This record gives sequence, structure tokens and C-alpha cells, in this order.
Amino acid sequence: MEGLNIPLNHILLVSSLLFAIGLLGLMIRRNIIFILMSLEVMLNASALAFVAAGAHWGQPDGQVVFMLILSVAAAEVAVGLGLVLQVQRRFKSLDMDNADRMRG
Amino acid sequence: MRELIGLIAFIPLLSSVTLMLGAERLSRISIGFLGVGSVGVAALLTAAMGIDFLANPQPFQVTLWTWMQVADFAPGVGFYFDGLTLVMMSVITGVGFLIHLFSTEFMEEDISYARYFAYLNMFIAAMLILVMADNLLLLYLGWEGVGVCSYLLVGFWYQNSANGYAARKAFIVTRIGDTAMALGLFLLFTELGTLDIQALGVAANHRWQVGDSMPLLACLLILGGAVGKSAQLPLHTWLPDAMAGPTPVSALIHAATMVTAGVYLIARTHELYLLAPIAMIAVALVGLTTSLMAAFTALTQRDIKRILAYSTISQIGYMFLALGVGAWSAGIFHLMTHAFFKALLFLGSGAIIHCLHHEHDIFKMGGLRSRMPVTFWSFMIGSAALAALPMTSGFFSKDQILLQAYQMPGIGPWLWLGGLVGALLTAIYSFRLVFVVFFGQANTEPDRDTGWRMAVPLTLLCGLALLGGWIIIPVAEVFPVAGDQHPALWVELVSIAVPLIGVAIAYLAFYSRQLRIDGLLKAPVMQKIQSFWFSGWGIDWLYDRLFVKPYYSLARVLKAEPVDALYNFIVRLNQALNHWLSEGQSGQMRRYIASMVFGLIVLLAILVGVL
Repeated sequence: MEGLNIPLNHILLVSSLLFAIGLLGLMIRRNIIFILMSLEVMLNASALAFVAAGAHWGQPDGQVVFMLILSVAAAEVAVGLGLVLQVQRRFKSLDMDNADRMRG
Repeated sequence: MRELIGLIAFIPLLSSVTLMLGAERLSRISIGFLGVGSVGVAALLTAAMGIDFLANPQPFQVTLWTWMQVADFAPGVGFYFDGLTLVMMSVITGVGFLIHLFSTEFMEEDISYARYFAYLNMFIAAMLILVMADNLLLLYLGWEGVGVCSYLLVGFWYQNSANGYAARKAFIVTRIGDTAMALGLFLLFTELGTLDIQALGVAANHRWQVGDSMPLLACLLILGGAVGKSAQLPLHTWLPDAMAGPTPVSALIHAATMVTAGVYLIARTHELYLLAPIAMIAVALVGLTTSLMAAFTALTQRDIKRILAYSTISQIGYMFLALGVGAWSAGIFHLMTHAFFKALLFLGSGAIIHCLHHEHDIFKMGGLRSRMPVTFWSFMIGSAALAALPMTSGFFSKDQILLQAYQMPGIGPWLWLGGLVGALLTAIYSFRLVFVVFFGQANTEPDRDTGWRMAVPLTLLCGLALLGGWIIIPVAEVFPVAGDQHPALWVELVSIAVPLIGVAIAYLAFYSRQLRIDGLLKAPVMQKIQSFWFSGWGIDWLYDRLFVKPYYSLARVLKAEPVDALYNFIVRLNQALNHWLSEGQSGQMRRYIASMVFGLIVLLAILVGVL
């Protein structure tokens, strides 16, 4: 292996950190755009973990899954942005707390 | 002739049904003819039967049809006719007819004219069934029938809720006695296997000895029924309130006929009572205490009808006393004479009330002697008979009772003494009534005098109250012969003298005012005693505390449905849980995520902890 030799642990740490940041954003942000972005962060955190794992063990599976995650993220953004438009139209705001009509 | 006996009861019943169905279509004249006429026909038929019977005094029994049949229990609708039945039927149809006639004038301005006569005729029918029945079950039918009619007629002016209350009280209090009586009938049927009155007497004598406990129990239960219906202690409280009904109703039901049904019942089942001497003493003591208690109460009343009501209770007490000492025929004799003079007094008071703008308070009357002469003489004769002044009808019957009570071994003289005190009080309160109402100065002017439909019954009843004592009732065959020895002369003389003393006291105190009682009445102790007597010895108050109030509080407790509390608790717990859980479903995505994360952490912690 050439180039930088970063230990797996570090990468996994960064990945977990990213995942935690995304999750925290998901939990505390009310703006739907930020929620979507937090989701992206989480997806990419897991993708990073896959890539790092694939590189560490010299397997191609990690990169295959990364490609899959990338396409899932693209599809998710397409649906998500449609949702954003709907929310904006219906509630005249992007605050997701307004969309609580399904409360018990 | 004998087969016609059924008609006597069914003609008034038919007329009652006609009046109920055709109330709207009949004119007032035809209602009057139907109501009075049906009882008149019944009276004529009774008279014919009576003449037939007196010529050939043979008791007979007619079964019309079988009422019901369950296994070997088959009570029939059958009538038994003997001297006792004849006396009762004559009183019911004869006095009943006069009261019906009186009613046509008394009720002429009432809008419910047809309803009144429908009830009254139904009452006559039920009362006739009661006295003619040959078995106790049919008797019970009549017994309950008169109870219903009494309820309907006491509450006749139902727009006033106080009348409805009085009617319910009359119905419920007598129902307590009726329950005891029903238990007595059940006992007799299970023990003796029949309810036929004649067969019952034979079977009881065959099966039981004098002094056995079973006849004692049966007799006490039947006494319970009689006490309720005849307004004796401790179930007498309904009768004074029953005066809420129209006055002719009080005369017919609450003086002459229905309230004496208890006396009839005990006389009819006398063969059972002869087997239970203790029950007979109980009857005598109930009668004596009631008679004294009611006489004291009557002394202090102001309402003319309440005076007469308490007087009725007191006089029925005398009849019970007679039955209790075994003076059966004297008791029935007093029943008959009492029906005459008390109906007379009640109709007289009805005439006063009718002509005096519905005034009931005797101290607002006064001086009516010259203004209402017919009524005055009715009251004079009625009160004389009630007080048992010599040669009036009440004298003969009450004298018989007192003398036979005296002869009872053991407690006889005490019973006689108690009866004498009652007779003294009776004379005082009845003539207090006469002197206050008819003498002195007039406080209220009558706006009319009695018409002929009131005057004729009053006059005829005057004759009966005066001369009824000479009638010899044909009950010698029915009852065992009482001891014929006469007590000492002084006993008889005292018995005659005491009512005269009572009248003299009333004369001095309420007419000539030589006996100054005002100071005595104003004394604090006397005031207390007076208000105690006025309230009927506080018995209504006592029952109110003992039964009515606790019942109400129990009802209030049960109204909240305490048994359901447990189930309501479960329901409320579930509702709270539901509320609490549905709070969690806020619809806000962030919270869902947070809770999912929380759950994840917990799961992870468990995994880590377990691993």
C-alpha cells in the first residue's frame, strides 16, 4: 500500500463522529433542509466507514457498497427535495414541527 | 235466587267499566244514574237475598267458575253466604247507596264526575267480593281491590301533590300489613292444604290443639293484615292523611266499609283465633291501646275530618277489643252501628265543608245550628250514637263490648276500665265538635244549604244511627255463643253513666264555659302534651326517623352506585393510561427520532452489559 497510511481506527472514529453529528442534527434541527443535510452527513459517515474497511482488508465490496450508498443518497435527495417543496407549499414554512397533524 | 248472588258484585263492576270507557260520551245525569243506580240495584238484590235468607236461614255456597288450576290447588270464584255476609253486604250496599246519592250533589261541580263514580263503583264491587268470597284467595283479591280504590280515591284531586303523597302513604302502609297477611295465607295453605274458609276451620280444628304455635303464627300474620287495613297501631298513620280524598269517600271507605275489613277478616277466621288464645289477647290489646291513643289525639285536633278519622281509628279499636275478648257478634254489631253513625258524621261534615267554602277548621265554623238545621241534627244524632248515649245505636253495641270485656277472665276488668276511659274521651271529643261547630258565634257564613240529595241520605242515616241498635243481626249461627251471664248491676250502670259524664264535661267546657279550661291549656306542660297529642303521639315523626329518612339516605347512597365504583376505577385507569400514551404520539418527527435513539442506546447498553 502506497501513500498515506492512516490507521483504520482513526477513520472509524471520524466516521462515528460524523454519524453522531448527523444524528444530533436530525434530532435538534427543525428546518427540513437541515434535516435532509443531516441525513446526508449520516449516509456519508457510513459510506466512509465502508470505504475505509474495504481499503483496510483490500476488498472491493466496500467500494461497491459506497457506490450503492451514493445512488441511494441521490434518490433520497430527489424525493426529499420534492417533500421540501410540498412542506413549503402546505405549511408556508420549512419548520417540521408544524407538520404534526398525525399526533395522537 | 241464590244464583243471583254473583250479580250483586258484578253490577257495580259493570257500571264502573262502563263509566271508565264512556266517560267522555255520557251526560252528567246518566253518569249519576249509572253510578248510583248500580249500587241501588245491588242494594235491592241484597235486600231480597236477605229476606230470603231470614225466612230460611241456611248458609249456602255458590261456585261460579274455577279461577285457576295448578296441580290440586284450584281456587274457585265462589261466594259463601251466611248471616255475617248478609250483615256486611247490607252495610256495603245500603250505606254505600246513600253515600253515592250524597256524592251526586257533593261532586256536582267537579270535572271528573265520571271518574269519581267509576272508582266508587269499583270499590263497591271489590268490597263485595271481599265479604262474599268463600276462599281466602278471592278474599285477598277483594282486599287488594279495595286498597287500590282507596289509593285512587284518596289521590282523587291529584293536581295537589300533597294528596298524591297521602294516597301513596295509604297504599304503602297498608301494603306492609298485606304482606304479613299474604305470608299468613301461604302458611295456612302449606299447613292445611286449603284456603276455603269453611274447610279451613274444620281442618284447623282437626289438626291443631288450642295453644299450638302454628295457629298462633298464622293468626298473628293475619292480624298484621287486619291491623294495616283497619288502621290500628302500629300501622294507623295512613288513615288521618287519607282524609285528603273527597269527604263522601272518607265516609264510605275510611269509616263505614273498607277500614272495617280487618274486623271482618278476624271474625271470619274466628275458628283459627279460638285455637290461639295469645293471638286473641294480642287483638284485644292492640284494639284497646289504639282506641285510647286515637281518642286522646282526637281531643286536640282542629280539622273536622281529622277528628272524625281519629275517632274512626278509636272505634275500630273497640271492635278489635270485642274480637279479642271473643265477643264476635258484639264486634260485628259495633261494625254495623259504627258504619251508620260514622257515615252520618262524615256526610254531615261533608255537607258543612261543601256549604262553607271548603273550610276544615272547626274553630272557624261556629253557630251553624240555625243555618244548617239538617246537618245540625245529623251531627247531634251521630255524635250521640258515637258517644254511646243511651238508646242510640252506638249505646247497644258499645255496651255489649264493654260488658263482655268485663267478663273475660283475668285481664277483663282492666280491659273494661280502659274501654270506659275511651268512652269518656269519645263523649268529650264528639261533643266538643258539636258545641264548637254548631253553637257559639258564627265565624263563617255558609253560602248555601244542603240540597235534597244531601238531605235524604243524612235523614235516612239519622234514622239508622238512632234506631240501628234495635236491629238483631243474624250471626247467631256463625259464631260460638258467648257466655250469657250478666255482670253486676253497678258495672252496667257505670258503663251507661260514663258517656253522660263525658257529654257533661264537654258541655261545661265548650258550651256554657263554666269549666274554665283555658288556663289549664295554657300551662307549659299542657301545651307540650297537647302538641304531642296533636301530632298523633309523634308516631309519624318516629316513623319518619325510623324508616323514611334512613330509606332516603340509603337511596341517596345507592344513587351513586357504589358497587360500580370498582369498574369505574378500571375504566378511569385505562383512560388515564390512554391519555398518557397518546401524549407520546406528538406527531413531531424529532421526538420520534429522539425516542428511537434513546431506545437504541438502551438496547446497546443491554447488549454491552450482557456480552
